[in-house]
Amino acid sequence: MKIAKEGKVQIRSKSKFLTLIFYISLVILSSCSRSASQRGLIVAGSTSVQPFADRWAEVYMQKYPGRIVNVQGGGSSAGIQAAKLGSAQIGSCSRELREDEEDLYETVVARDGLAVIVHPSNEISDLSLEQVREIFAGKIRNWKGVSGKDKTITVVSREEGSGTRGSFQEMVMGKVRIFKSAIVQDSNGTVREIVANDPNSIGYISLGLVDKRVKALKLDGVLASEENIFNHHYKLVRPFLFVTNGPAKGEVKNFIDFVLSQEGQEIARKAGLIPAGEGER
Amino acid sequence: MKNLQRNEKLVQISLLAVAFSAVSILAIITVFIFEEGSPILFKHGIKNFLLGLNWYPTEQSFGLLPMIIGSLFVTLGALVIGVPFGLGCAIFLTEFSSRRLRQIIKPIIELLAGIPSVVYGFMGVIILVPFIRKTLGGPGLSVLAASFVLGIMILPTIISISIDSLQALPPSYREGSIALGATRWQTTKMVLLPAARSGIIASIILGMGRAIGETMAVIMIAGNAASIPRSILDPVRTLTSNIALEMGYASGEHRQALFATGIILFIIIMILNWIANITSARRKA
Amino acid sequence: MHLDPRAEQKIVQTILWLFTLMTISVLFFIIVFILKNGLPVLNIPFLTANPQDMGKSGGIFSTIVGTLALTILAILIATPFGVGTAIYLTEYTRENRVTRVIRFGSECLAGIPSIIFGLFGFILFVNKLKFGWSILSGSLTLAFMILPTIIRTSEEAIKAVPRSFSDVSYSLGSTKWQMVTRVVLPSAIPGIVTGIILGVGRSIGETAAVIFTAGSALRIPTSLFSSSRTMAVHFFILAREGISMPNAFGTAAVLVIAILIINIVTYRIMHRFIRKYR
Repeated sequence: MKIAKEGKVQIRSKSKFLTLIFYISLVILSSCSRSASQRGLIVAGSTSVQPFADRWAEVYMQKYPGRIVNVQGGGSSAGIQAAKLGSAQIGSCSRELREDEEDLYETVVARDGLAVIVHPSNEISDLSLEQVREIFAGKIRNWKGVSGKDKTITVVSREEGSGTRGSFQEMVMGKVRIFKSAIVQDSNGTVREIVANDPNSIGYISLGLVDKRVKALKLDGVLASEENIFNHHYKLVRPFLFVTNGPAKGEVKNFIDFVLSQEGQEIARKAGLIPAGEGER
Repeated sequence: MKNLQRNEKLVQISLLAVAFSAVSILAIITVFIFEEGSPILFKHGIKNFLLGLNWYPTEQSFGLLPMIIGSLFVTLGALVIGVPFGLGCAIFLTEFSSRRLRQIIKPIIELLAGIPSVVYGFMGVIILVPFIRKTLGGPGLSVLAASFVLGIMILPTIISISIDSLQALPPSYREGSIALGATRWQTTKMVLLPAARSGIIASIILGMGRAIGETMAVIMIAGNAASIPRSILDPVRTLTSNIALEMGYASGEHRQALFATGIILFIIIMILNWIANITSARRKA
Repeated sequence: MHLDPRAEQKIVQTILWLFTLMTISVLFFIIVFILKNGLPVLNIPFLTANPQDMGKSGGIFSTIVGTLALTILAILIATPFGVGTAIYLTEYTRENRVTRVIRFGSECLAGIPSIIFGLFGFILFVNKLKFGWSILSGSLTLAFMILPTIIRTSEEAIKAVPRSFSDVSYSLGSTKWQMVTRVVLPSAIPGIVTGIILGVGRSIGETAAVIFTAGSALRIPTSLFSSSRTMAVHFFILAREGISMPNAFGTAAVLVIAILIINIVTYRIMHRFIRKYR
């Protein structure tokens, strides 16, 4: 260990400061050199829409190398907020816009059926809308109340603010609240997981996400299928919206055009959604 | 020479500024949380907020009581598991095992602390929840599941701080007691534990803080029903899950309500930390 | 009930031994379970390919990148402040009100739940400062979270350096700063590094704070402002939504192995460090 000359000492202490300043400038410089457009197009919002938006983005970016689309979750309401504030160019949501959101520009990119699901082993395959409402309201607590086994029903719902829950509330529950002791999970996939593992459960998810591990109930005798949505027999349908602050322009328009194109809509259909043009109420 | 002095002064001042970073961050966080959350507390009234039974934010109903009770139950449950096992391990490792054994086991317990909470939650979902559902009934996502997993998660905290407290006791305590003819256990029970009491209590309180603050694992296994659980097999929602579940979706008043939940949580944890500090300070005095 | 004290001790000893055994077995069970189900999934393609189809297929490469980016940046930000604070507390003042305030701030920060950090990061970095969901927001938040850890361990490390070192340095005519940077710090490095590694461990496993600040985008981040997904977040999403159990286990296995390595390394360093100065 040497004792430096006076000059060297000053360099030493200076170098510590310099390192600190270096770190700080690294951070600041990076922020200056990045403009919004280099971040790419941001699509944020509904977790229901997210997997599909991601698929669209994937194909879009393959088709047009150099263009970037970033898909985020966060939820329908957050997506709308983001679009309003500009933190995302496109907000995605899985429910109709509310009155106070009407000033935003919406584009229907697909439609999605809402399926009420139970465990595959559940003997019940058909319920009336009324019964579903009573179950989710907590009035019917046991499966035997709808001619099933003598087992307590495990009700699974989505969290407040979810577009899926909003649609379910609007289309099934009406003014009746979903009861407090319902299990709450924060995405379609999680709800499906729970219903797939609990023989006594019931829940609602995006029709496009129904797979072999859960069973979609017939509502009032109508099977939840694409066909039945087209011919308006199955009533639980909600729009997937891309919301923008004003009409879409530039990059945003390019992406939305792609999504609405035949290729984009084919992707939607293959993934389990209803193409935007059909199934309108 | 004067240059050297000046540099030294400069260094000292900048280090002081740096040292205040932690405090400033704490201050900023406090300011932000309170700023975002208080408007709604004033608008709806703190009493309604804290004692209200109904959490339906989209309909302007912001009752937090079920979640407060939820956090309470789950934390108490965690302590029921964490304290006996934690204290038991600590006592075993300090009083009834060889140095070798201690050197092997202590790192293992520290490893427990390093496992991410989502992995704990995952194990709970895959193994514990179905087990509870099949053998005890209910949906499995329950107070019981959450307490169990949280209990395991706070073990390392309780164990390591209790070990430190016990090891910090002067050897004369042990020696004196043994010299009087007591067994090691009698020594532990009647001399050491009372003497290390404040440190042990501090460890428990810190464990409580950890349990109350845990989010991810709880979301995965507690069921998140916004109602007061009537048995340990009922689903439950804690203050932390409340925030995490709805944060992404919330806007306007809903979001403020979540921040207000954050305020409540923050205050509870600060109080716990303060108590823990005082208790362990008393030990040092 | 008056048991013979020796008998009572035997019973208690057995119970305590049992408790300890059970505690350790829980840990082993978790690690074995994750590794048993996850190791088969781990192969070069898994680690080097990007997630496809929301993670149902493909690998976890982008999440590894995301985790590294967030962690490294968080460490870079937190370390100067943490070590600086520790230096100030140990070498530049005595115990007084100011140091108590600083310590109090650090302890409190350590006790704040991660979800509050997430909230805070979301409001400040993502929204108010308009960084958006990004690596920048995420690592700043993480840096705040691990700061107390680094302060604490650095302080311990610096305190452990024998006074004789600094005395000799002074007697040879050095300034305080010289002594700190050329004598004390180099000797305290192992301890400081331990703190850093502990911070790394914490960052890797952190989910709540990261989801709300760095987001969950699946692509490889291209800039500080890109959103990115960490392994912990990816695991969380995969597992909960049942997208792919094998992949979830694989991700968890990587996490667990990382934590194992971190702990072993930390342990080694601490051991050598302590032995050096005892």
